[in-house]
Amino acid sequence: MSVVKQASGNKQVRESGGMIRSGATRVGDWIIAVICFIVMFVCLLPMLNVLARSLSSAESLMRNEVFLWPKGWNLIAYQTILGNAKYIHSLWFTALLTVGCTLLSLLMTVCCAYPLTYDQLKGGKVINMLILFTMYFSAGTIPHYLLMKNLNMLDTVWCMVIPSCISVYNMIVMRSFFYGIPESLREAAEIDGAGPIRTLVRVYLPLSLPVLATLALFYAVGRWNGFSDALLYVKKEELFPIQLYLYYVLQNSTQQEIATQEGFATPGVGETVKMATVMFATVPILLVYPWLQRYFIAGMTIGAVKG
Amino acid sequence: MPIRSKAQRGRPENGHFSDRGGTELTQKSIADAGTPPVRQRKMSFGTYMRRYGTLYILLLLPVAFFLIFRYYPMQWIALAFKKNNIIQPLWTVPWVGLDWFDKAFKTKAFITAIKNTLVLNLMDLVCGFPAPIILALLLNELTFKRFKKLTQTILYLPHFLSWIIISGLATRLLADNDGLLNLVYKQMKGNSSAYIPFLSNPQYWRWTYIVLGIWKEAGWGTIIYLAALTNISPELYEAAAVDGAGRFSRMWHVTLPGLRPTIITLLIMRMGYILGSEFDRPLAMSNKLVTDVSQLISIFVYEQGIQGLKYSLTTAVGLFQSVIAVIFILGTNALAKRIGERGIM
Repeated sequence: MSVVKQASGNKQVRESGGMIRSGATRVGDWIIAVICFIVMFVCLLPMLNVLARSLSSAESLMRNEVFLWPKGWNLIAYQTILGNAKYIHSLWFTALLTVGCTLLSLLMTVCCAYPLTYDQLKGGKVINMLILFTMYFSAGTIPHYLLMKNLNMLDTVWCMVIPSCISVYNMIVMRSFFYGIPESLREAAEIDGAGPIRTLVRVYLPLSLPVLATLALFYAVGRWNGFSDALLYVKKEELFPIQLYLYYVLQNSTQQEIATQEGFATPGVGETVKMATVMFATVPILLVYPWLQRYFIAGMTIGAVKG
Repeated sequence: MPIRSKAQRGRPENGHFSDRGGTELTQKSIADAGTPPVRQRKMSFGTYMRRYGTLYILLLLPVAFFLIFRYYPMQWIALAFKKNNIIQPLWTVPWVGLDWFDKAFKTKAFITAIKNTLVLNLMDLVCGFPAPIILALLLNELTFKRFKKLTQTILYLPHFLSWIIISGLATRLLADNDGLLNLVYKQMKGNSSAYIPFLSNPQYWRWTYIVLGIWKEAGWGTIIYLAALTNISPELYEAAAVDGAGRFSRMWHVTLPGLRPTIITLLIMRMGYILGSEFDRPLAMSNKLVTDVSQLISIFVYEQGIQGLKYSLTTAVGLFQSVIAVIFILGTNALAKRIGERGIM
């Protein structure tokens, strides 16, 4: 049946120069929409499940009654978290760390990318090679660890700020965007007597807001979600970023004493609290990224074209 | 003259910078006016430094960063060829040649780690690489504009979650006894002790690991392909439609060839990573029951090196991994150029 429809549809398309959409095509459109809907559901499923669990009562959770909708609505888990000083501290600390790191990273990335867009810069090629090489070859985990040790940066905030402050990939995205700004603008500014820094601040940066927003998002998400550097370099609990904290909470799922220590005494409540912890660490990003979608799509595309 | 007035205002009009024709015109008008372009003039060193010296000041911090935090640690690569001693100054530690490499390849845990890394990366390549392409083709066929945008937003969501979070989500979804999928499975079977060991059986765990990777990154991966799709001329689709091509033959003969360069570039980057190992992902996803298949090179380095203090051995392992990566990137890049595609370098 559908084969016949498709064939007649094709005929129709051929006759009308592809302007009229046939019935078969419309059916196909709906099928694709349904598939997309399923894909969307699969994307959201784990989140919905955890959200439902975090809002459910401990008893219904123990009885395995919670699927995608909370049973025995309550906010006890969230109240428990807000009363957990350690967790709140970690959340605040990570938020400040993320803001600080993002600002520093943006500054460094711009300082690195902008001079390299000058063709007449002597030594620019060498510096460029020097930087690109690090993208393909890295010293490795242990040498980086020993560096932190030798610089006495272990167990300080700095070991989570400085070693990751420029991403070469992001630098290339920034530089490619700067390249896209016509040189005539720079020449015009130069004729006007503006130095390179003035040109950067008055001409380049105002035009680069979309890409700056993209990179800020990339850096911020990287820091907010990052925990491997903290795991390697930090032993002090007050310097744990939220993800590392979460890692220990989730890992120790079977150890009662840890749960008691964290203030999650009753086992069932412990589970809902864990789920609420996950939600708390996720929500900040979920609030930000949809607004920047237009920008990061552009940012990703620039990086891909001129890698 | 337009160029003067623009320069005097100091601030370019928006939308002007993407206009190539406009650029050529202004450059030409400068030339016509008899003033040669600034950068063609020969400059003395003093003038050069006065004009561009500030650029070096801008570069100072970034270059220092790369030298100190990327190049300076490379000295400790020497540990791979020296005795395991980080107390003495590095240059006084005696050399041992290739002993650590020898030892690494005789360590059973390292061989397992290499095997696991290769297996998981290959599975990821075969299953994970085509996923965003298929998804992009699907999105490209989606005609409802609003719905398409919503779908995209939701598809990008998992990319922004950390692996720690994902492991938390995954446990609640897939756990043997109280995971959502197994609860549904139990109800379907009508047997409360039936379950699928998604996370506790090594074979199942591998697939869980791969599928979660796809779940996280496939949506994000579509961005590049969708951007490449906008470059395909609509005339090609019209011509195909005139020739009576259906949806699938249009996909096969127009869309996929249009994506070819992008696919090859991304494949090269992916191939270069064949022995690379993430750290967050296996660490977060692993559990005690599956360490046989979840132990990757990065985890081996962490456990033996940082926790076990075997610095020399793990530096050797890291060096091995880095060198293989460079060889693979150069190799696949050369291969791509040989078959007439644009490489990445």
